[in-house]
Order: sequence, then C-alpha cells, then structure tokens
Amino acid sequence: MNWINNVVRPKIQSFLQKRDTPENLWIKCPETGEMVFHRDLEQNQWVVPSSGCHMRISSRKRLEFFFDDGAFEMLETPEVTVDPLKFRDERRYTDRLKDAKVKTGLDDAVIVASGAVKGTKITAAVQDFAFIGGSLGMAAGEAIIAGLDHARKAGTPFVLFAASGGARMQEGILSLMQMPRTTAAIRLLKEAGLPYIVVLTNPTTGGVTASYAMLGDIHIAEPGALIGFAGPRVIEQIIREKLPEGFQRSEYLLEHGMVDMVVHRHELPETVARICSLLMSEPVITKVLEPEPQDAETTDNAPAGEKAAEEA
Amino acid sequence: MRSYLEFEKPIADLEGKVQELRTMSGDDAVDVDEEIARLETKANQALKDIYSKLTPWQKTLVARHPDRPHAADYIDQLIEDFTPLAGDRKFGEDSAIVTGIGRFRGQRVAVIGQEKGHDTQSRLKHNFGMARPEGYRKAVRIMEMADRFGLAVISFVDTAGAYPGIGAEERGQAEAIARSTEACLKLGVANAALIIGEGGSGGAIAIASTNRVIMMEHSIYSVISPEGAASILWRDSARAQDAATNMKITAQDLIKLGIIDEIVEEPLGGAHRDPGTAIAKAGEALERVLGEFHGQSADAIRQQRHEKFLAIGRNL
Repeated sequence: MNWINNVVRPKIQSFLQKRDTPENLWIKCPETGEMVFHRDLEQNQWVVPSSGCHMRISSRKRLEFFFDDGAFEMLETPEVTVDPLKFRDERRYTDRLKDAKVKTGLDDAVIVASGAVKGTKITAAVQDFAFIGGSLGMAAGEAIIAGLDHARKAGTPFVLFAASGGARMQEGILSLMQMPRTTAAIRLLKEAGLPYIVVLTNPTTGGVTASYAMLGDIHIAEPGALIGFAGPRVIEQIIREKLPEGFQRSEYLLEHGMVDMVVHRHELPETVARICSLLMSEPVITKVLEPEPQDAETTDNAPAGEKAAEEA
Repeated sequence: MRSYLEFEKPIADLEGKVQELRTMSGDDAVDVDEEIARLETKANQALKDIYSKLTPWQKTLVARHPDRPHAADYIDQLIEDFTPLAGDRKFGEDSAIVTGIGRFRGQRVAVIGQEKGHDTQSRLKHNFGMARPEGYRKAVRIMEMADRFGLAVISFVDTAGAYPGIGAEERGQAEAIARSTEACLKLGVANAALIIGEGGSGGAIAIASTNRVIMMEHSIYSVISPEGAASILWRDSARAQDAATNMKITAQDLIKLGIIDEIVEEPLGGAHRDPGTAIAKAGEALERVLGEFHGQSADAIRQQRHEKFLAIGRNL
C-alpha cells in the first residue's frame, strides 16, 4: 500500500482510503504487525493486548479513559485570529485547517476539560496528534493557557497530555511565541501551589517538548513514546549515522533522568490521583456523579483514594 | 578583502573598480580622483537601492554574513570590566553561549551571548553558535545569580538553533531550553534581548523571553530556518526563499505583529560594513530600554514581562 500512497495523486488517494474505511475492523499493531480486532483494542484502551504497544488515541478518547466513568465537562477555549500570516505553502493554511477540522471534529489541536479522577477534581488538556500533528499554534497555546487559568482558579491540579510534532510552522513566529506564553501561565499555577503533571505520549517533540511538556512537577511517559527535542530524522541527517535502538523512547528518557516514571495507560488515572493526593494537603474532592450534598468537612479532609473507595 | 553576497554583485563590481583605480593612481601620477569619486557615489547609490528593499531571503543571508559583528564584538565594545563566567556546574562548559558579568553604561549587568565564531577554529570552539543543554543551563545559572545580586540581564541572540545531536538529546536539550525560558520569565530584574543575526527557534527564545526584545535592522527571528520550513512544508529545501517570505521573519514584519519592541537601524550596507557604528547604536537602544525599568520593583518587572507575552497575538 505504501508505494500507492506515494505515487497516487491525492484525489484518487482519498477515494482509495474511503473504500478502505468500512473494512477497517482489523487493525495492525505498529510494533509486531499482528492484526487485532478493533473492539478488542477499544476495550483495552487501544493498547495492543499481546505486544503492549500503546497506540495513538484521539483527545476525546483520552479524556474518556482518564476521567471517572468517562464523565467530564469540556471547557471553552478562546477564539484566535485565524491564519495571521496568510500562509501558503503547497496549499493554503486555511485549507489545511478546514481539512483537519473535518477529519477530527475538533476546532484545533488542544481540548481542555475538567472532571474527577478517582474522586479528585482535575483540569486536563489534551493534544490531538490527528489535528495537524498536534502542532502548537495560537489556538493550542490559548487553550493550554485557559486550562492553566481554570486550574488555578478552581484550585485543581493541571494534567497535560502531550502529543505533538512541535510548532505549527504555518503560524511562524506566533507559534514560537506559544513557548514563553504557556511557560508564563505555568509559572502562575506553580506559584499558586498547584501540581502540574505532564503525561508524555507518542510522539512529543520540538517546541512542545522545549516548553510546557518539560516543565511539569512530575513527568509521566506512556511506554514506548517518542519524546525528544530534535526529531530522529534531523539528527540522523546531521550525524550521518544510524541512531541507537530505543533512542528517544520513554524508557530511554527514564534512564536519562528526564521523566519520573513510565506508566501503562490503564494505570494512569490511579497514578495521577495518588500523586495529586500526596502533593496537595487538601485536594478538591468532588462527587461528580452523585449530586446529593455531603458533610463538607469529611469530604475536604479525606484523602482522594479513601474518598473514591467510599463512593464505590 | 571584503566578502560579498550574491545579490551584492553590482556593488562588488563598482567597489572593485574603485580599488583598481586606487592602485593605479599609486603607480603613476594619472589623476583618477574624479573617476573614483564618481564610482564611489554610484556604488553608494547601488548599496542604498539594494539595501532599502532587501527580500526576506536576502536579509537571511545578511543576518548570516560571515563578517557580521557577533556577540563577542558587542561585548567588547559595550561591556566594561567584562568577566566571563564558565560552566553549568552540572556537566560541562558550552562556548556556544558566552556568559559573564560586567558594567554597561555604569550599570552592573549579566550578559548571555550566543557566539558563532569568526574563523574555522573559533567556529568549532563555539559550535557555530548552536548550544547544547549545558549552554542553556549555564544561562539559567547566570540569570539566577543576576537576580540575587540585582543585575540587569542582556542577551545577545545569534543562533541557527539549539544543537540537534545524540549527546544533546541524552542530556535533555528540550528540558534545558524550557528551563531557560522559564528562568527569563521568572527574573525580578529587567532583561532585554538584542537579536543581532539569527534568532533561531527555541534556541533563541530560551534567552529572549525578556522584558524588551530588540532586533537589528537586517536580523531575522523565526520558528524554524527557511531551509527547514522549505524541506518540511514544500518537501524541497530549494524553496527556502518562499519559506522566508511566507514565515514573516524580518524585523520589519515582526514589529508589525507586535513580537518585538524596537528595531536598531544598521549602517548602509549592513552592520558588517561598519560594526562600530552598528554596535554603538544597539548600545543606545539597550541603555534606553533597560533604563525604563530603573527603580521598578521585582514584581512590577515580572508583571510587565508576563503581560507582554500573554498579549502577543491577542490583537492581530
């Protein structure tokens, strides 16, 4: 199929792909090539059961898997000027944006939500790689800043799921400016004494790694994720030799002191909730699913884990 | 021997002729003064014409001109009692970023400068101005010290970008850049960045997240090099000229977008034709912008910087 993708013109290509879609019930494991039934994957949160390969998931799915019972509230993200540079490469940037919107059903690469994780109230932002490579532009930057502000005002930890090829080149310098802008917003969250947890997922590279994705109090990586500043191809071109096995993968970063832990997707909610309860003297405990009032004092003082157990 | 860029050929021709006539007039007593004067006026006019409408790609070439004054030249001319400081105290010393303390127009300052080097040997020593994590960690160390002792911080930005290599990745290039940006934003003392040549991506922003950002007239500041953008977006690095134009990387474009605060005019034909004047003008601008923060509290300085960056892009 690869040579067809390379040779066939885009219009014909999309036709080919369209025909493919309804038959996409079996999905190939990117690591072993094994064919897995899509329902089995969905049930296992898109981790291939036999190989443990953590496949890419949409930002929506990510939130569903992360928050208790898949329930969360989407937060509004600010509108930004579209295509400030009137950028055009082989295609118009506005056309690329339109395509990405149709393809993903998203407005841009980052969505922000709040909800409860094992009973602990958390604000989370997720980057969706399917939206122009999860690239960081003005909209994504503003969404992250809005998420950080929300966390600070609501007194919750902020969890960021990173997945990005880096800066959105079509926004030029304005994309680069998202690095200091998000960093400035993180500073305020940190000053407010609230935890900032970064979950690095496959892949996270470029300007995203070189700013908010490496400024967490805690860095968690999903197994096997590609994480780095320069992409492997760029480095290979410069040093003109093959890169070592496992270079820039989560486990490599753990070994080199850049992440605190490599955590299986299934364990993420519990791990994040535990870290928050340990870092914060009084994590905000919510009862998202049971609206009836509770004794405020016990609610506030109970550690997150216990509280969740009570509810269960 | 002056080195000319390709688009400077008409100027090179004229100046070459002037040079020839000068040598001739030395030999015998032919009076060529008038001819020399005529050619010089013509050369000047050509210079004016070409430099008043440089394309973004031509500016990129000027920004990278081998004779362009580098951080070391700015430090030499502007900083008295410059005392270089070395090492990140963690792994090593990275000469791609030169740091130190000194006195600037009577004011105590810390200096962070990306240095490209001027000949093969010094270029290798400074790794062509492409810093590794140690360079950024050293910058953080210097900024934190400046904060404690109340020294303003001046950054001279001139890099194609942070170095992409195995060792740099191993030691956390991304984290080092992120921390350096964070350190800039945290400072309770005023900081200013002067982009003297190339402001290349994260490698530049790491030391340019400052209260004031100034650009030399023919410098560039960009999220990725025009060549890099061309090879990714056009899949053809030969389209670098298009990329340079599309990305809006010149000082003149960036001031309109509200990214930078000020432009320092360069001598006719670029800073490399008269480095002394270019640097002196840059010095005046730096003195003025740092002066605006005299007597301000640490909180006010931080606040200004914070608001300045958050405002970027919100009113386009």
